[in-house]
Amino acid sequence: MRSFEYRITDEAGLHARPAGLLVKEAKKYASVIRVEKDGKTAEAGRLMALMGLGIKKGDLVTVTAEGSDEEAAAEGLEQFFKNNL
Amino acid sequence: MEKKTGKKIVGGIAIGKIRFFEKSRNQVSRRKEEDSEKEIARYEKAAKTAAGQLEELYEKALVEVGETNAELFHAHRMMLEDEDFRESVIHIISGQKVNAEYAVAAAGDRFAEMFENMEDEYFRARSADIRDITERLLSVLNGSENTVVLGEEPVILAAEDLAPSETVQMDKSRLLAFVTHYGSVNSHTAILARTMGIPALAGIEISRDWDGKLGIVDGEAGVFVVDPTVSVLEACFKKKAAEEEQKKLLQLLKGKEDVTLSGRKIRLYANIGNLQDLTAVLENDAAGIGLFRSEFLYLESSDYPTEEAQFQVYRRVLETMGGKKVIIRTLDIGADKQADYFGLEKEENPALGYRAIRICLTRTDVFKTQLRALFRASAYGNLAIMYPMVISAEEVHRIRKISWEVKRELEEEGIPVGPVEEGIMIETPAAAVMSDELAKLVDFFSIGTNDLIQYTLALDRQNEQLEEFYDPHHPAVLRLIEQVIRNGHDAGIWVGICGELGADTGLTEQFLNMGLDELSVAPGCILPVRKAIRETL
Repeated sequence: MRSFEYRITDEAGLHARPAGLLVKEAKKYASVIRVEKDGKTAEAGRLMALMGLGIKKGDLVTVTAEGSDEEAAAEGLEQFFKNNL
Repeated sequence: MEKKTGKKIVGGIAIGKIRFFEKSRNQVSRRKEEDSEKEIARYEKAAKTAAGQLEELYEKALVEVGETNAELFHAHRMMLEDEDFRESVIHIISGQKVNAEYAVAAAGDRFAEMFENMEDEYFRARSADIRDITERLLSVLNGSENTVVLGEEPVILAAEDLAPSETVQMDKSRLLAFVTHYGSVNSHTAILARTMGIPALAGIEISRDWDGKLGIVDGEAGVFVVDPTVSVLEACFKKKAAEEEQKKLLQLLKGKEDVTLSGRKIRLYANIGNLQDLTAVLENDAAGIGLFRSEFLYLESSDYPTEEAQFQVYRRVLETMGGKKVIIRTLDIGADKQADYFGLEKEENPALGYRAIRICLTRTDVFKTQLRALFRASAYGNLAIMYPMVISAEEVHRIRKISWEVKRELEEEGIPVGPVEEGIMIETPAAAVMSDELAKLVDFFSIGTNDLIQYTLALDRQNEQLEEFYDPHHPAVLRLIEQVIRNGHDAGIWVGICGELGADTGLTEQFLNMGLDELSVAPGCILPVRKAIRETL
């Protein structure tokens, strides 16, 4: 399992548009990707659950990837968060 | 006649028949269905059809409101295809042995509720998206249409609320305006109205009885009138005609030079009172800002605004205007503009009292803070500073000494200062009479006609009783203006007008013949004045 932490800097937080992009990004990998905030976890491939975390600017999230391509997934996702959130 | 006041979403006037729009909510009943496979297949098929519809709406919205706003329909599609939502529907169908419609409605309620209970306003608002896609799925399952049919005649659409999917499906050539109870400046409806250039109002309690009646939407005023009387209707037609005239001007004169028929270039600038006005300045194509009233910084604050806060505002104006000229007038407080923390005493004659430069020259700490912020900002654009209410050369000497000190301090601190023109307002008869002397001490004159008229005619402009005596075209005023222009030119400086008289197109030709170099008017007056300039020999 690989993981990284990220603090959200985007003004609007994880709203519908970036959440949709995140779902698409997560589906590129075979690994199961999870996003955790304050003990609540959602699978990154599930839009409503992701939005249900209510992630806002300044929140610290932990992203984990578990599976055959977890290394590439963690790297790809970290880049995605930096670019979009 | 019925008159309602709401919130302006998009300005403009529309006159036409009202069409009341009511959402058709799908009725859902719970039925036992033992064949879960069949119900699941019905649901899957409906989801596919709905996804196809959303794709079509995306394509349509892409053209109408642009990619960023069209994205919403992709988001809807993703919510529709969300695994959790899908699992939830299937779980209800097979677990409770019920029909697909009931399962969709129940799952929709559950997810909408989840969002409704969230802390953040943005996420709470997403429950409306869930309800929108649930209704879409139900319509497909029920085989019902959920499109809005508008009929032949263009209408003012009145509705409690409008979902993006509803507005995007409408035939836009049949729409005159939107009037809704809910909705905000940033809603999809608002964006659509803006791109279409039709007025929109929100915050109006809608009545179904209005359907078919004549209505007037005055977007700018935020007013909606149902069943107008003939006189109201007439006034509105007039206003609408004037508005259309203005729009035509905009098309015709935007991007055109401010030059007379004989080829003399005039600087046509805008007057502004705060940062929000900047949009109007750019929209109306002003060549610069001829009067930026800095008072709002003081009036909207509960204490003296800091150098840093002022610097940020000035810098933003300069950067927004690019390299165009921005003339900022220093603090003109007192008289009818008061801020408590200044601790100004009540005066017998406030117009003749402790105000503007008189405060600055006695409260030099306040004055210096503003000048420091201004000179610091000057490195970010083309700044000019203008001092109000001057009456003598001695005052100008005092002002220039303080501004010189501020500049030297900044230089010593190694802070860059750009080249700045420093001028004065000519708004007292004393300054007008002494303008030959004053012209030698400054870089430009800007004539403030509002005060110049009131002081020259000894007439309080706020006293309604005096209206019949108030003559802004009084020859005494025009003679003074002519004299100021001549004295300015003799000393080699440029002269402008920034008072309301500058926007009086009946005088434009006369002013230009006097040799006036600059006119600064309200943003909405830029284009009519441009027209007048271009028609002057």
